[in-house]
Amino acid sequence: MLVSRLLKIFTSLRLTVVLLAFAIVLVFVGTLAQVDEGLYQAQSRYFRQWLIFGFDLFGRRIPIIFPGGYLIGTLLLINLLTAHIYRFQFTRKKIGIWLTHIGVILLLVGQLVTDMLAREMQMHFDEGQTRNYAESATDYELIFQNGDEVTSIPAKLLKPGDELKIDSLPFAIHVKAFWKNSDLNYRAPMVQNGPPMVTNGLALNFDFWPTNEVKTMDERNVPTSVIELIPPNGSLGDWAISGWSGDDALVEAIRNSYVGEVGAQMAQKISETLAQPQSIEVGGKKFTFTLRPMRFPQPFSLTLLKATHTVYPGTDIPKDFRSRVLLQNPKTGEKREVEISMNHPLRYGGLTFYQYQMTAGQLAQEAGQTPSSVLQVVRNPSWLTPYIGCALVGIGLLVQFLTHLVEFMSKQKQK
Amino acid sequence: MKKIFQKWFPPLLAFAMALRFFAQLQTPKDKDFAFSEFGQLPVVFNGRVKPMDSVARNSLLQIRQTQTLDVEPWKSWHENHKIISADEWLANVMMNSQVADNWPVFRVDNPDLMTFLKLPEMNKTNCDGEHFSWNQIEPSLQAFDSENERVEKIESADRNAYERAVVKVHARLELYAQVKNAIEPQDSESWKSELADYFNLIPSGVAAVRAQQSGQNYDTNVFNAFASELQRFDFMSQLEPPLIIPPENSSGDWKNLGGALLDSVKGEYISPAIEKYATMADAFKNQNVTGFNSALADLRAFLVPNFSHAMAKSRAEIFFNQMQPFYNAMVIYVLAGLLAIFSWFNLSETLRRSAVWLIWLAFFIHTTGLIYRIVLQGRPPVTNLYSAAIFVGWGACLLGLILEKFHKNGIGAVVSAGIGFVTLIIAQNLALDGDTMEMMRAVLDTNFWLITHVPCVTLGYASTFVAGFLGLIYIVRGVFTKTLDEATAKSLTRMIYGIVCFATLFSFVGTVLGGIWADQSWGRFWGWDPKENGALIIVLWNALILHARWGGMIRERGLVCCAVFGNIVTSWSFFGVNMLGIGLHSYGWTDATFWWLFGFIASQLIFIALGLLPLKFWRSLHDITSA
Repeated sequence: MLVSRLLKIFTSLRLTVVLLAFAIVLVFVGTLAQVDEGLYQAQSRYFRQWLIFGFDLFGRRIPIIFPGGYLIGTLLLINLLTAHIYRFQFTRKKIGIWLTHIGVILLLVGQLVTDMLAREMQMHFDEGQTRNYAESATDYELIFQNGDEVTSIPAKLLKPGDELKIDSLPFAIHVKAFWKNSDLNYRAPMVQNGPPMVTNGLALNFDFWPTNEVKTMDERNVPTSVIELIPPNGSLGDWAISGWSGDDALVEAIRNSYVGEVGAQMAQKISETLAQPQSIEVGGKKFTFTLRPMRFPQPFSLTLLKATHTVYPGTDIPKDFRSRVLLQNPKTGEKREVEISMNHPLRYGGLTFYQYQMTAGQLAQEAGQTPSSVLQVVRNPSWLTPYIGCALVGIGLLVQFLTHLVEFMSKQKQK
Repeated sequence: MKKIFQKWFPPLLAFAMALRFFAQLQTPKDKDFAFSEFGQLPVVFNGRVKPMDSVARNSLLQIRQTQTLDVEPWKSWHENHKIISADEWLANVMMNSQVADNWPVFRVDNPDLMTFLKLPEMNKTNCDGEHFSWNQIEPSLQAFDSENERVEKIESADRNAYERAVVKVHARLELYAQVKNAIEPQDSESWKSELADYFNLIPSGVAAVRAQQSGQNYDTNVFNAFASELQRFDFMSQLEPPLIIPPENSSGDWKNLGGALLDSVKGEYISPAIEKYATMADAFKNQNVTGFNSALADLRAFLVPNFSHAMAKSRAEIFFNQMQPFYNAMVIYVLAGLLAIFSWFNLSETLRRSAVWLIWLAFFIHTTGLIYRIVLQGRPPVTNLYSAAIFVGWGACLLGLILEKFHKNGIGAVVSAGIGFVTLIIAQNLALDGDTMEMMRAVLDTNFWLITHVPCVTLGYASTFVAGFLGLIYIVRGVFTKTLDEATAKSLTRMIYGIVCFATLFSFVGTVLGGIWADQSWGRFWGWDPKENGALIIVLWNALILHARWGGMIRERGLVCCAVFGNIVTSWSFFGVNMLGIGLHSYGWTDATFWWLFGFIASQLIFIALGLLPLKFWRSLHDITSA
């Protein structure tokens, strides 16, 4: 009894219409919310969510419980599947609807899989540099390096007040502060006011402080943390670790920002101080440590040979971004040159490399910067599903509506 | 007699309108100065080769928002105004700026900005209170520059109406300065002799600079004169004026005058065009008609051997500029739409057929324009918001004509004419931003996706609007007139249903293709970005209508109201999401486009409310118990 009633609800067109209406409201609200919350935040708050408690629009809170993107998507999926199992018969007349719905199911499932399995990374390099790893654009890791042995601790584990003990490290890490986003300033030798935040390493030359988290997709948070390192025989003191020092691209950005203020020579010195690794010695072993973007090693490498940025004559409108890279894979013995440009990604080893950002061309030349390129690196096992889904839905709708049209026209003729 | 009239009036009317259209394709003859030939000179501006005529029209559109210049706007309407063409205006700005600087071309309509610039009040002798000359603005220019610098630091979303006007008017002045420095330096008095002096100065000037650098004795007079010339040309070049100097052969890069003169110091190729332009400019400044015309002919003869392709392209574009296909189509759509609406009331078949004939004519002109643009630009039909509006109108018009073919009740005709007219009006307004054939940014530079995704999604938008428009017709005719009989109502709903199906297909496929493009270019199929979401909402809404109809949740009038709501959804996706960056911040509320959108949405809600009125309040259909 209950089962049949449930079945009736789940197979009903009424549910479809209600869900579609919810989806429209959700997408609308989720779009408006991006104005205040930024794209990323709004996405995880409204779309990657089962239930939403309260909308925030135009600085006002609307108390409401609303189904999130996951819930609506899942219910639509159930609705479609059950309707097809229990209600629809497979006839020639319905073939269009079948194709359309299978396509929609593929799109929904594909998006869910993408959401769970896809990983977005980046690869930064200057001309001539080689990379055999991709970096996360959002996540950081604290690494301790002793010779070739690297211990990585994801930055999400650095919670203030926690004490971390890791088997491969002969000391405990006491997290004293963690700021998701931070800024820094060089402590110029003669003009410094106030004592440094901690009395070891990096912090002797730089002040760090927390700042607001960024909202848009093209900015990034740069975390800074204060940790105390405690071997069994007593503390080694507090240390500041910062994403600012562990990332070549950011160090370069800091250098450029100081050039105007203090001159090229001093700026170079500041950036070298910033990039200098910090280290401790415990039990005769030297551990170098730094906070850097999470790395994902790859079994092959890319070398940036040339970065080209062209504009239309007499304007600043970009015409083309293009990276010429050397792809080397010791396992397969591959060694070939590849061009990656806008709309022409490289697909290799389960990853796709897209042209993302670039410092090259006349402007970079005038500013005295080395040409460099940033590739967006994406691993998405289900990247093909939208292609198939789109084709199915397109054909399905076309078949369905053409059948309608032919019927209508033959009726019209009979009149 | 009556029969003959009924049979022949529609085609004759269309023929008359066609004649009117073709008559104006004739190039106007130049009386003295060969301005139209001047307009044919090829230059590179905004990244592409185009005729001077396009530089003239687009610059005037941006600066004054018109394509011709009224030199005496302060005269009242019944007096005789002197009106000059864009080409004549540009020739004066470029080669006779002392005259052009007195013409009231700069449109300034923000009162605060007028006060800031100390512009004169409206009067009967030199000012209409809206258009001002360079000379009227010039005294405040320095203060205006620093004000603009201040405003540019503010995020464009947070600027108020005054600050937006500052940026806009400043951009107009910059554009004016650009074109003013294209053919000669703006301060030159007799450019040809100054040019000759400069070329004579180069050897000794270079020697002086070398000597100065290596610490030897040098002629200070020569050094200073040379340095000041270089500075002058560098200033010109920095303005990024149109590139008028052609390369040595057809494969090289075009240069602007200042850049070419600087490069000549390095011993690079000195194009004879520099001197030919100077001869022409001097003749024009002295108002020497024969001198100007022969110098112009000489210059054109010089360009022919190497740049015949660029010149042919220029001529083709000028023909397009003169044809004004979208403006002409718009005028005919208005006439056709009125005829079709009248045909509903007196049920005159002749009027309806006249309307249909006219729409076919307008559609033909519209299509010609569309194809001409595709060929000129070498790009698919939709490349920016302007061309999207034109394509939406084109698609909607085609759909309306098909509907009319089947139903022959004047409804499809009104849809065609109505949407054709509205979208072309919108396009006309979007064209005020300047060149509508702008170059494609790197990420958009792919013909494959521009051919598949963009037209698909715009056709989806177009058909959603058609369905909504049909809904409006149903409601207006039903509530306010007695012309909506049961058969018409039935056929209207059938049309709406068919169009919604069509809209679902195109908006869905178009949206997903967009996702695939995104996946191709940055590896993210769906990023929940506002524009994507807007398109998704259209798809969802169309799917909702269809499912609700299949499930019997909505009937005839429900379908009609849903279709009208589709107008709101589509206008939001088309314009609303573009405003998100600005529209929803506090200052953006005064933005004109926002109010248009707001008004449109409000009007649609009123129509939906009317559509939901019980049938006893309707003038049609009230004898039917339930529709």
